Amino acid sequence: MLSKITVSPGPHISEPHSTRSIMGDVIIALVPAMFAAIIYFRIRAFVLIGVCVGTCVASEWLCNLIRKKPNSLDDLSAVVTGIILAFSVPPALPWWAAVIGSAFAVIIGKMVFGGLGANIFNPAMVGRAFLTASFGMLMTTWTVPVTLDTTMPEIAATGRGAITQATPLAWSKQAIKKKVDTKVVAAQLDASLIGQIGGCLGETSSIALLIGALYLVLKRTINVNIPLAVLGSAFVVAAMCHLINPNAYIPPWLHLTTGGMLIGAFFIATDPVTMPLSTRGMWLFGTGVGALIMLIRIVGEYPEGVMYAILIMNAVTPLIDRFCKLTPAGGVPNA
Amino acid sequence: MTETSAIVILIAAILTNNILLTNFLGMCSFVACSGQIRTAVGLGTAVTFVLTMTTMINYAIYHLLLVPAGLVHLQFIVFIAVIAAFVQFVEMFVERFSPKLYFALGIFLPLITVNCAILGASLFMVIRGYNFAQAVGFGFGAGVGWALAIILMAGLRQKMNYSDIPEPFRGVPVTMIVTCVLAMAFMGFAGMVSIQ
Repeated sequence: MLSKITVSPGPHISEPHSTRSIMGDVIIALVPAMFAAIIYFRIRAFVLIGVCVGTCVASEWLCNLIRKKPNSLDDLSAVVTGIILAFSVPPALPWWAAVIGSAFAVIIGKMVFGGLGANIFNPAMVGRAFLTASFGMLMTTWTVPVTLDTTMPEIAATGRGAITQATPLAWSKQAIKKKVDTKVVAAQLDASLIGQIGGCLGETSSIALLIGALYLVLKRTINVNIPLAVLGSAFVVAAMCHLINPNAYIPPWLHLTTGGMLIGAFFIATDPVTMPLSTRGMWLFGTGVGALIMLIRIVGEYPEGVMYAILIMNAVTPLIDRFCKLTPAGGVPNA
Repeated sequence: MTETSAIVILIAAILTNNILLTNFLGMCSFVACSGQIRTAVGLGTAVTFVLTMTTMINYAIYHLLLVPAGLVHLQFIVFIAVIAAFVQFVEMFVERFSPKLYFALGIFLPLITVNCAILGASLFMVIRGYNFAQAVGFGFGAGVGWALAIILMAGLRQKMNYSDIPEPFRGVPVTMIVTCVLAMAFMGFAGMVSIQ
Protein backbone atom coordinates (compact mmCIF):
# COMPACT_ATOMS: atom_id res chain seq x y z
CA MET A 1 0.00 0.00 0.00
CA LEU A 2 2.61 2.53 1.11
CA SER A 3 4.76 1.73 -1.88
CA LYS A 4 2.13 3.27 -4.12
CA ILE A 5 2.45 6.65 -2.43
CA THR A 6 5.23 8.80 -3.78
CA VAL A 7 7.05 10.70 -1.09
CA SER A 8 9.01 13.67 -2.36
CA PRO A 9 9.99 17.13 -1.14
CA GLY A 10 8.02 20.16 -2.35
CA PRO A 11 7.13 21.96 -4.53
CA HIS A 12 4.47 19.49 -5.63
CA ILE A 13 3.39 20.35 -9.12
CA SER A 14 -0.37 20.04 -9.38
CA GLU A 15 -0.91 21.61 -12.77
CA PRO A 16 -0.43 19.68 -15.98
CA HIS A 17 2.04 22.23 -17.34
CA SER A 18 5.40 21.25 -18.71
CA THR A 19 7.95 23.49 -20.38
CA ARG A 20 6.93 22.01 -23.69
CA SER A 21 3.21 22.57 -23.14
CA ILE A 22 3.75 26.17 -21.98
CA MET A 23 5.92 27.00 -24.98
CA GLY A 24 3.44 25.21 -27.26
CA ASP A 25 0.62 27.34 -25.87
CA VAL A 26 2.64 30.50 -26.46
CA ILE A 27 3.24 29.46 -30.08
CA ILE A 28 -0.50 28.80 -30.57
CA ALA A 29 -1.28 32.19 -29.02
CA LEU A 30 1.12 33.90 -31.43
CA VAL A 31 -0.60 32.43 -34.50
CA PRO A 32 -3.27 35.20 -34.89
CA ALA A 33 -0.56 37.85 -34.85
CA MET A 34 1.38 35.76 -37.33
CA PHE A 35 -1.61 35.79 -39.69
CA ALA A 36 -1.91 39.55 -39.27
CA ALA A 37 1.78 39.95 -40.06
CA ILE A 38 1.44 37.84 -43.20
CA ILE A 39 -1.63 39.78 -44.36
CA TYR A 40 0.05 43.15 -43.85
CA PHE A 41 3.63 42.44 -44.80
CA ARG A 42 3.23 39.41 -47.12
CA ILE A 43 6.47 37.71 -48.14
CA ARG A 44 8.64 39.70 -45.73
CA ALA A 45 6.80 38.19 -42.79
CA PHE A 46 7.36 34.65 -44.08
CA VAL A 47 11.05 35.26 -44.62
CA LEU A 48 11.70 36.94 -41.26
CA ILE A 49 9.78 34.45 -39.14
CA GLY A 50 11.36 31.54 -40.99
CA VAL A 51 14.90 32.91 -40.76
CA CYS A 52 14.59 33.84 -37.06
CA VAL A 53 13.08 30.52 -35.97
CA GLY A 54 15.53 28.56 -38.12
CA THR A 55 18.59 30.40 -36.76
CA CYS A 56 17.42 30.14 -33.16
CA VAL A 57 16.84 26.40 -33.41
CA ALA A 58 20.14 25.86 -35.23
CA SER A 59 22.07 27.94 -32.66
CA GLU A 60 20.63 26.01 -29.74
CA TRP A 61 21.36 22.68 -31.43
CA LEU A 62 24.94 23.79 -32.14
CA CYS A 63 25.55 24.95 -28.54
CA ASN A 64 24.31 21.66 -27.14
CA LEU A 65 26.49 19.82 -29.62
CA ILE A 66 29.60 21.78 -28.57
CA ARG A 67 28.89 21.25 -24.86
CA LYS A 68 28.04 17.58 -25.44
CA LYS A 69 24.74 18.16 -23.66
CA PRO A 70 21.48 16.37 -24.43
CA ASN A 71 19.44 18.03 -27.14
CA SER A 72 17.06 20.60 -25.64
CA LEU A 73 15.09 21.53 -28.77
CA ASP A 74 12.09 19.53 -27.53
CA ASP A 75 11.10 22.26 -25.08
CA LEU A 76 10.26 24.55 -28.06
CA SER A 77 11.76 27.57 -26.29
CA ALA A 78 14.07 28.32 -29.23
CA VAL A 79 11.03 28.46 -31.54
CA VAL A 80 9.28 30.93 -29.22
CA THR A 81 12.40 33.10 -29.03
CA GLY A 82 12.62 33.09 -32.81
CA ILE A 83 8.98 34.08 -33.33
CA ILE A 84 9.07 36.84 -30.72
CA LEU A 85 12.31 38.25 -32.12
CA ALA A 86 10.85 38.20 -35.64
CA PHE A 87 7.73 39.95 -34.36
CA SER A 88 9.76 42.71 -32.75
CA VAL A 89 11.89 43.72 -35.74
CA PRO A 90 10.84 45.99 -38.62
CA PRO A 91 9.43 44.14 -41.64
CA ALA A 92 12.14 45.51 -43.93
CA LEU A 93 15.01 44.08 -41.89
CA PRO A 94 17.39 42.17 -44.19
CA TRP A 95 17.58 38.43 -43.58
CA TRP A 96 21.26 38.49 -42.63
CA ALA A 97 20.56 40.95 -39.81
CA ALA A 98 17.82 38.63 -38.57
CA VAL A 99 20.34 35.78 -38.57
CA ILE A 100 22.80 37.83 -36.49
CA GLY A 101 20.11 38.90 -34.03
CA SER A 102 18.72 35.40 -33.60
CA ALA A 103 22.12 33.83 -33.10
CA PHE A 104 23.03 36.50 -30.54
CA ALA A 105 19.69 36.03 -28.77
CA VAL A 106 20.10 32.30 -28.30
CA ILE A 107 23.87 32.02 -27.84
CA ILE A 108 24.61 35.10 -25.72
CA GLY A 109 21.12 35.58 -24.31
CA LYS A 110 20.50 32.01 -23.24
CA MET A 111 23.07 29.29 -23.87
CA VAL A 112 26.00 31.13 -22.29
CA PHE A 113 24.10 31.15 -19.02
CA GLY A 114 23.48 27.42 -19.21
CA GLY A 115 20.37 27.14 -21.34
CA LEU A 116 16.68 27.63 -20.68
CA GLY A 117 15.88 28.39 -17.06
CA ALA A 118 19.25 29.95 -16.31
CA ASN A 119 19.05 32.96 -18.60
CA ILE A 120 18.70 36.21 -16.67
CA PHE A 121 17.43 38.32 -19.57
CA ASN A 122 14.70 37.54 -22.07
CA PRO A 123 16.72 36.10 -25.00
CA ALA A 124 14.61 37.69 -27.74
CA MET A 125 15.01 41.12 -26.15
CA VAL A 126 18.78 40.62 -25.83
CA GLY A 127 18.89 39.86 -29.55
CA ARG A 128 16.79 42.89 -30.38
CA ALA A 129 18.87 45.17 -28.16
CA PHE A 130 21.97 43.95 -29.96
CA LEU A 131 20.39 44.62 -33.35
CA THR A 132 19.29 48.10 -32.27
CA ALA A 133 22.76 48.92 -30.99
CA SER A 134 24.44 47.56 -34.12
CA PHE A 135 22.07 48.48 -36.97
CA GLY A 136 20.18 51.52 -35.69
CA MET A 137 19.10 52.63 -39.15
CA LEU A 138 17.75 49.25 -40.23
CA MET A 139 15.89 48.84 -36.95
CA THR A 140 13.99 52.11 -37.38
CA THR A 141 12.97 51.89 -41.04
CA TRP A 142 9.27 51.11 -41.08
CA THR A 143 7.56 49.63 -44.09
CA VAL A 144 3.86 50.38 -44.14
CA PRO A 145 1.38 47.54 -44.58
CA VAL A 146 0.44 46.82 -48.17
CA THR A 147 -3.12 47.91 -47.37
CA LEU A 148 -2.42 51.30 -45.82
CA ASP A 149 -3.40 54.66 -47.24
CA THR A 150 -0.35 56.86 -47.54
CA THR A 151 -1.89 60.26 -46.89
CA MET A 152 -0.39 60.48 -43.42
CA PRO A 153 2.53 62.88 -43.05
CA GLU A 154 5.84 61.25 -43.66
CA ILE A 155 8.71 61.55 -41.26
CA ALA A 156 11.06 58.69 -41.98
CA ALA A 157 13.21 58.59 -45.07
CA THR A 158 11.79 56.84 -48.11
CA GLY A 159 13.60 54.20 -50.04
CA ARG A 160 14.69 50.60 -49.67
CA GLY A 161 12.22 49.54 -52.34
CA ALA A 162 9.13 49.95 -50.23
CA ILE A 163 7.01 52.78 -48.93
CA THR A 164 8.18 53.66 -45.46
CA GLN A 165 6.46 55.82 -42.93
CA ALA A 166 6.89 56.75 -39.31
CA THR A 167 5.08 54.73 -36.70
CA PRO A 168 2.34 56.24 -34.51
CA LEU A 169 4.82 56.37 -31.65
CA ALA A 170 7.29 58.34 -33.76
CA TRP A 171 4.49 60.78 -34.48
CA SER A 172 3.70 60.94 -30.78
CA LYS A 173 7.34 61.88 -30.21
CA GLN A 174 7.00 64.62 -32.83
CA ALA A 175 3.82 65.81 -31.12
CA ILE A 176 5.73 66.26 -27.89
CA LYS A 177 8.22 68.37 -29.81
CA LYS A 178 5.26 70.34 -31.26
CA LYS A 179 5.91 69.33 -34.85
CA VAL A 180 2.74 67.32 -35.43
CA ASP A 181 -0.74 67.74 -33.99
CA THR A 182 -1.79 64.96 -31.61
CA LYS A 183 -5.01 64.61 -33.63
CA VAL A 184 -3.00 63.17 -36.49
CA VAL A 185 -1.94 60.39 -34.19
CA ALA A 186 -5.27 60.02 -32.43
CA ALA A 187 -6.96 59.40 -35.78
CA GLN A 188 -5.08 56.13 -35.95
CA LEU A 189 -6.78 54.31 -33.10
CA ASP A 190 -8.92 52.13 -35.37
CA ALA A 191 -5.96 51.42 -37.59
CA SER A 192 -3.85 50.37 -34.62
CA LEU A 193 -6.56 48.00 -33.41
CA ILE A 194 -6.60 45.96 -36.59
CA GLY A 195 -2.98 46.66 -37.38
CA GLN A 196 -3.05 48.92 -40.44
CA ILE A 197 -0.08 50.93 -39.21
CA GLY A 198 3.63 50.98 -39.60
CA GLY A 199 5.54 49.15 -36.92
CA CYS A 200 7.35 45.99 -36.04
CA LEU A 201 6.31 42.83 -37.83
CA GLY A 202 4.09 41.27 -35.21
CA GLU A 203 3.07 44.15 -32.98
CA THR A 204 0.86 46.16 -35.32
CA SER A 205 -2.42 44.31 -34.86
CA SER A 206 -3.76 44.80 -31.34
CA ILE A 207 -6.77 42.55 -31.87
CA ALA A 208 -4.71 39.60 -33.08
CA LEU A 209 -2.41 39.94 -30.09
CA LEU A 210 -5.34 40.23 -27.68
CA ILE A 211 -6.92 37.05 -29.06
CA GLY A 212 -3.67 35.23 -28.38
CA ALA A 213 -3.37 36.81 -24.94
CA LEU A 214 -6.92 35.76 -24.07
CA TYR A 215 -6.06 32.17 -24.98
CA LEU A 216 -3.00 32.24 -22.71
CA VAL A 217 -4.93 33.75 -19.82
CA LEU A 218 -7.82 31.28 -20.17
CA LYS A 219 -5.41 28.35 -20.30
CA ARG A 220 -3.60 29.83 -17.29
CA THR A 221 -0.33 29.59 -19.16
CA ILE A 222 0.59 33.12 -18.15
CA ASN A 223 -0.01 34.84 -14.86
CA VAL A 224 -2.38 37.73 -15.41
CA ASN A 225 -0.79 39.90 -12.69
CA ILE A 226 2.12 41.05 -14.82
CA PRO A 227 0.17 42.19 -17.92
CA LEU A 228 -2.34 43.98 -15.69
CA ALA A 229 0.44 45.77 -13.82
CA VAL A 230 2.27 46.72 -17.03
CA LEU A 231 -0.80 48.02 -18.86
CA GLY A 232 -2.27 49.61 -15.73
CA SER A 233 0.81 51.60 -14.76
CA ALA A 234 1.47 52.64 -18.36
CA PHE A 235 -2.15 53.77 -18.72
CA VAL A 236 -2.01 55.83 -15.52
CA VAL A 237 1.19 57.60 -16.56
CA ALA A 238 -0.09 58.23 -20.10
CA ALA A 239 -3.45 59.46 -18.82
CA MET A 240 -1.80 61.92 -16.44
CA CYS A 241 0.32 63.36 -19.25
CA HIS A 242 -2.67 63.54 -21.59
CA LEU A 243 -4.79 65.34 -18.98
CA ILE A 244 -2.06 67.87 -18.31
CA ASN A 245 -1.49 68.71 -21.96
CA PRO A 246 -3.73 67.01 -24.57
CA ASN A 247 -1.98 68.88 -27.37
CA ALA A 248 1.42 67.40 -26.68
CA TYR A 249 0.62 63.91 -25.40
CA ILE A 250 -1.46 61.38 -27.29
CA PRO A 251 -4.44 59.72 -25.56
CA PRO A 252 -3.49 56.91 -23.16
CA TRP A 253 -5.41 54.15 -25.00
CA LEU A 254 -3.24 54.80 -28.05
CA HIS A 255 -0.17 54.15 -25.96
CA LEU A 256 -1.62 50.74 -25.12
CA THR A 257 -2.52 49.75 -28.68
CA THR A 258 0.62 50.95 -30.46
CA GLY A 259 4.19 49.75 -30.45
CA GLY A 260 5.28 46.74 -28.50
CA MET A 261 3.10 47.41 -25.47
CA LEU A 262 0.71 44.46 -25.87
CA ILE A 263 3.21 41.89 -27.07
CA GLY A 264 5.57 43.07 -24.33
CA ALA A 265 2.99 42.90 -21.56
CA PHE A 266 1.47 39.53 -22.50
CA PHE A 267 4.21 37.59 -24.23
CA ILE A 268 7.61 38.96 -23.21
CA ALA A 269 7.33 40.26 -19.65
CA THR A 270 5.55 37.03 -18.66
CA ASP A 271 8.54 34.89 -19.60
CA PRO A 272 8.50 32.49 -16.62
CA VAL A 273 12.29 32.36 -16.40
CA THR A 274 12.96 36.05 -16.03
CA MET A 275 9.99 37.21 -13.95
CA PRO A 276 9.73 37.36 -10.14
CA LEU A 277 8.25 34.44 -8.24
CA SER A 278 5.90 36.06 -5.73
CA THR A 279 2.64 37.84 -6.55
CA ARG A 280 3.86 41.02 -4.87
CA GLY A 281 7.07 40.75 -6.86
CA MET A 282 5.10 40.36 -10.10
CA TRP A 283 3.15 43.54 -9.42
CA LEU A 284 6.37 45.41 -8.64
CA PHE A 285 7.97 44.02 -11.80
CA GLY A 286 4.97 44.85 -14.01
CA THR A 287 4.57 48.33 -12.60
CA GLY A 288 8.25 48.94 -13.15
CA VAL A 289 8.04 47.80 -16.77
CA GLY A 290 4.98 49.96 -17.49
CA ALA A 291 6.44 53.04 -15.83
CA LEU A 292 9.80 52.65 -17.59
CA ILE A 293 8.09 52.20 -20.97
CA MET A 294 6.22 55.45 -20.50
CA LEU A 295 9.30 57.22 -19.15
CA ILE A 296 11.24 56.27 -22.28
CA ARG A 297 8.33 57.01 -24.64
CA ILE A 298 7.66 60.44 -23.14
CA VAL A 299 11.04 61.84 -22.11
CA GLY A 300 13.55 59.56 -23.78
CA GLU A 301 15.21 59.84 -27.14
CA TYR A 302 13.63 56.66 -28.49
CA PRO A 303 9.95 56.52 -29.45
CA GLU A 304 9.59 53.03 -28.01
CA GLY A 305 10.89 51.60 -24.75
CA VAL A 306 9.35 48.16 -24.25
CA MET A 307 12.58 46.30 -24.92
CA TYR A 308 14.70 48.49 -22.63
CA ALA A 309 12.08 48.47 -19.88
CA ILE A 310 11.86 44.67 -19.89
CA LEU A 311 15.65 44.22 -19.94
CA ILE A 312 16.12 46.64 -17.05
CA MET A 313 13.40 45.01 -14.97
CA ASN A 314 14.87 41.56 -15.79
CA ALA A 315 18.06 42.82 -14.18
CA VAL A 316 16.14 43.98 -11.11
CA THR A 317 14.24 40.67 -10.79
CA PRO A 318 16.74 38.95 -8.44
CA LEU A 319 16.55 41.94 -6.09
CA ILE A 320 12.73 41.93 -6.24
CA ASP A 321 12.72 38.21 -5.45
CA ARG A 322 15.02 38.85 -2.53
CA PHE A 323 12.80 41.50 -1.00
CA CYS A 324 9.52 39.71 -1.69
CA LYS A 325 10.36 36.29 -0.34
CA LEU A 326 7.52 33.81 -0.25
CA THR A 327 6.50 32.71 3.23
CA PRO A 328 6.58 28.91 3.34
CA ALA A 329 3.33 27.19 4.26
CA GLY A 330 3.24 26.93 8.04
CA GLY A 331 4.78 30.30 8.67
CA VAL A 332 8.23 31.74 8.94
CA PRO A 333 10.90 29.18 9.81
CA ASN A 334 13.07 29.87 12.86
CA ALA A 335 11.15 33.03 13.59
CA MET B 1 27.42 74.21 -19.52
CA THR B 2 26.80 76.51 -16.60
CA GLU B 3 23.05 76.59 -17.21
CA THR B 4 22.49 72.87 -16.61
CA SER B 5 21.16 72.51 -13.11
CA ALA B 6 22.84 70.27 -10.57
CA ILE B 7 19.72 68.10 -10.28
CA VAL B 8 19.74 67.37 -14.01
CA ILE B 9 23.40 66.44 -13.83
CA LEU B 10 22.68 64.21 -10.85
CA ILE B 11 19.97 62.27 -12.72
CA ALA B 12 22.07 62.12 -15.86
CA ALA B 13 25.04 60.75 -13.91
CA ILE B 14 22.86 57.97 -12.50
CA LEU B 15 20.94 56.91 -15.62
CA THR B 16 22.00 58.30 -18.99
CA ASN B 17 25.68 58.77 -18.27
CA ASN B 18 26.14 55.99 -15.74
CA ILE B 19 29.88 56.04 -15.05
CA LEU B 20 30.10 52.25 -15.12
CA LEU B 21 27.65 51.32 -17.87
CA THR B 22 28.49 54.08 -20.34
CA ASN B 23 32.07 55.05 -19.49
CA PHE B 24 33.09 51.61 -18.16
CA LEU B 25 35.08 53.12 -15.32
CA GLY B 26 35.61 51.25 -12.08
CA MET B 27 35.28 47.87 -13.77
CA CYS B 28 37.93 46.12 -11.67
CA SER B 29 36.24 46.40 -8.30
CA PHE B 30 32.88 46.02 -10.03
CA VAL B 31 33.88 42.60 -11.31
CA ALA B 32 35.80 41.60 -8.21
CA CYS B 33 33.32 42.59 -5.51
CA SER B 34 29.93 41.89 -7.07
CA GLY B 35 29.62 38.34 -5.79
CA GLN B 36 27.43 39.14 -2.78
CA ILE B 37 24.65 41.70 -2.44
CA ARG B 38 25.78 42.59 1.09
CA THR B 39 29.33 43.51 0.09
CA ALA B 40 28.06 45.23 -3.05
CA VAL B 41 25.86 47.50 -0.92
CA GLY B 42 28.78 48.23 1.44
CA LEU B 43 31.20 49.01 -1.35
CA GLY B 44 28.60 51.02 -3.25
CA THR B 45 27.90 53.19 -0.23
CA ALA B 46 31.60 53.72 0.44
CA VAL B 47 32.27 54.64 -3.19
CA THR B 48 29.34 57.07 -3.24
CA PHE B 49 30.63 58.82 -0.12
CA VAL B 50 34.24 59.01 -1.29
CA LEU B 51 33.20 60.11 -4.81
CA THR B 52 31.07 62.95 -3.52
CA MET B 53 33.68 64.17 -1.05
CA THR B 54 36.73 63.88 -3.32
CA THR B 55 34.93 65.65 -6.17
CA MET B 56 34.23 68.54 -3.79
CA ILE B 57 37.78 68.64 -2.42
CA ASN B 58 39.32 68.31 -5.86
CA TYR B 59 37.07 71.08 -7.14
CA ALA B 60 38.32 73.39 -4.42
CA ILE B 61 41.96 72.43 -4.93
CA TYR B 62 41.75 72.74 -8.71
CA HIS B 63 40.09 76.13 -8.76
CA LEU B 64 41.67 77.72 -5.68
CA LEU B 65 45.17 76.29 -5.92
CA LEU B 66 46.11 74.76 -9.26
CA VAL B 67 44.52 77.29 -11.62
CA PRO B 68 45.83 80.44 -9.84
CA ALA B 69 49.28 78.90 -9.50
CA GLY B 70 49.34 77.75 -13.14
CA LEU B 71 49.94 74.17 -12.15
CA VAL B 72 47.02 72.60 -14.01
CA HIS B 73 49.34 70.02 -15.56
CA LEU B 74 49.79 68.51 -12.09
CA GLN B 75 46.11 67.67 -11.80
CA PHE B 76 46.53 63.90 -12.20
CA ILE B 77 49.07 63.57 -9.40
CA VAL B 78 47.23 65.99 -7.14
CA PHE B 79 43.87 64.32 -7.67
CA ILE B 80 45.26 60.86 -6.98
CA ALA B 81 47.06 62.12 -3.88
CA VAL B 82 43.86 63.74 -2.63
CA ILE B 83 41.84 60.57 -3.22
CA ALA B 84 44.42 58.37 -1.51
CA ALA B 85 44.74 60.74 1.44
CA PHE B 86 40.99 61.06 1.78
CA VAL B 87 40.43 57.30 1.68
CA GLN B 88 43.15 56.91 4.30
CA PHE B 89 41.49 59.52 6.43
CA VAL B 90 38.07 57.88 6.10
CA GLU B 91 39.60 54.54 6.98
CA MET B 92 41.19 55.91 10.16
CA PHE B 93 38.02 57.73 11.07
CA VAL B 94 35.81 54.68 10.59
CA GLU B 95 38.25 52.46 12.48
CA ARG B 96 38.35 54.86 15.41
CA PHE B 97 34.64 55.60 15.70
CA SER B 98 32.90 52.53 14.32
CA PRO B 99 35.05 49.40 14.45
CA LYS B 100 32.03 47.32 13.43
CA LEU B 101 31.61 49.12 10.12
CA TYR B 102 35.38 49.05 9.66
CA PHE B 103 35.47 45.27 9.84
CA ALA B 104 32.37 44.96 7.69
CA LEU B 105 33.94 47.03 4.92
CA GLY B 106 37.36 45.51 5.54
CA ILE B 107 39.44 45.43 2.38
CA PHE B 108 36.98 47.51 0.37
CA LEU B 109 38.03 50.84 1.85
CA PRO B 110 41.64 50.70 0.60
CA LEU B 111 40.37 49.26 -2.70
CA ILE B 112 38.47 52.48 -3.35
CA THR B 113 41.76 54.35 -3.81
CA VAL B 114 42.42 52.49 -7.03
CA ASN B 115 38.85 52.72 -8.31
CA CYS B 116 39.23 54.61 -11.57
CA ALA B 117 35.62 55.85 -11.42
CA ILE B 118 36.68 58.21 -8.63
CA LEU B 119 39.60 59.73 -10.51
CA GLY B 120 37.42 59.73 -13.61
CA ALA B 121 34.71 61.78 -11.92
CA SER B 122 37.26 64.41 -10.84
CA LEU B 123 38.66 64.62 -14.36
CA PHE B 124 35.20 64.79 -16.00
CA MET B 125 34.41 67.64 -13.64
CA VAL B 126 37.39 69.58 -14.97
CA ILE B 127 36.86 68.67 -18.63
CA ARG B 128 33.18 69.60 -18.58
CA GLY B 129 33.82 72.84 -16.69
CA TYR B 130 31.30 72.27 -13.90
CA ASN B 131 30.67 74.86 -11.24
CA PHE B 132 30.66 73.78 -7.60
CA ALA B 133 26.99 72.73 -7.35
CA GLN B 134 27.22 70.81 -10.63
CA ALA B 135 30.39 69.10 -9.45
CA VAL B 136 28.71 67.95 -6.24
CA GLY B 137 25.67 66.73 -8.18
CA PHE B 138 27.88 64.89 -10.63
CA GLY B 139 30.05 63.31 -7.92
CA PHE B 140 27.07 62.11 -5.94
CA GLY B 141 25.19 60.93 -9.04
CA ALA B 142 28.20 59.05 -10.38
CA GLY B 143 28.53 57.31 -7.01
CA VAL B 144 24.85 56.37 -6.86
CA GLY B 145 24.98 55.15 -10.46
CA TRP B 146 28.02 53.01 -9.74
CA ALA B 147 26.37 51.61 -6.59
CA LEU B 148 23.18 50.88 -8.56
CA ALA B 149 25.12 48.97 -11.20
CA ILE B 150 27.13 46.88 -8.73
CA ILE B 151 24.04 46.04 -6.64
CA LEU B 152 22.12 44.94 -9.74
CA MET B 153 25.09 42.86 -10.81
CA ALA B 154 25.43 41.27 -7.37
CA GLY B 155 21.78 40.20 -7.48
CA LEU B 156 22.24 38.70 -10.93
CA ARG B 157 25.44 36.92 -9.94
CA GLN B 158 23.82 35.39 -6.88
CA LYS B 159 21.08 34.09 -9.15
CA MET B 160 23.68 32.73 -11.57
CA ASN B 161 25.34 30.76 -8.76
CA TYR B 162 22.68 28.13 -9.30
CA SER B 163 23.04 27.80 -13.03
CA ASP B 164 25.08 25.45 -15.15
CA ILE B 165 27.22 28.00 -16.95
CA PRO B 166 29.64 26.52 -19.51
CA GLU B 167 33.11 26.09 -18.04
CA PRO B 168 34.93 28.76 -20.12
CA PHE B 169 32.32 31.40 -19.25
CA ARG B 170 32.22 30.98 -15.48
CA GLY B 171 33.16 33.95 -13.31
CA VAL B 172 34.54 37.01 -15.07
CA PRO B 173 33.48 36.27 -18.70
CA VAL B 174 29.80 35.85 -17.89
CA THR B 175 29.98 38.95 -15.68
CA MET B 176 31.32 40.91 -18.65
CA ILE B 177 28.53 39.57 -20.86
CA VAL B 178 25.89 40.57 -18.33
CA THR B 179 27.50 44.00 -18.04
CA CYS B 180 27.26 44.32 -21.82
CA VAL B 181 23.53 43.50 -21.83
CA LEU B 182 22.96 45.86 -18.88
CA ALA B 183 24.78 48.61 -20.76
CA MET B 184 22.58 47.99 -23.82
CA ALA B 185 19.49 48.13 -21.58
CA PHE B 186 20.63 51.44 -20.08
CA MET B 187 20.87 52.85 -23.61
CA GLY B 188 17.09 53.17 -23.32
CA PHE B 189 17.59 56.14 -21.02
CA ALA B 190 19.49 57.98 -23.75
CA GLY B 191 18.38 61.49 -24.49
CA MET B 192 16.24 61.99 -21.37
CA VAL B 193 18.73 64.38 -19.89
CA SER B 194 22.05 65.12 -21.45
CA ILE B 195 25.38 66.29 -20.21
CA GLN B 196 27.93 66.77 -22.98
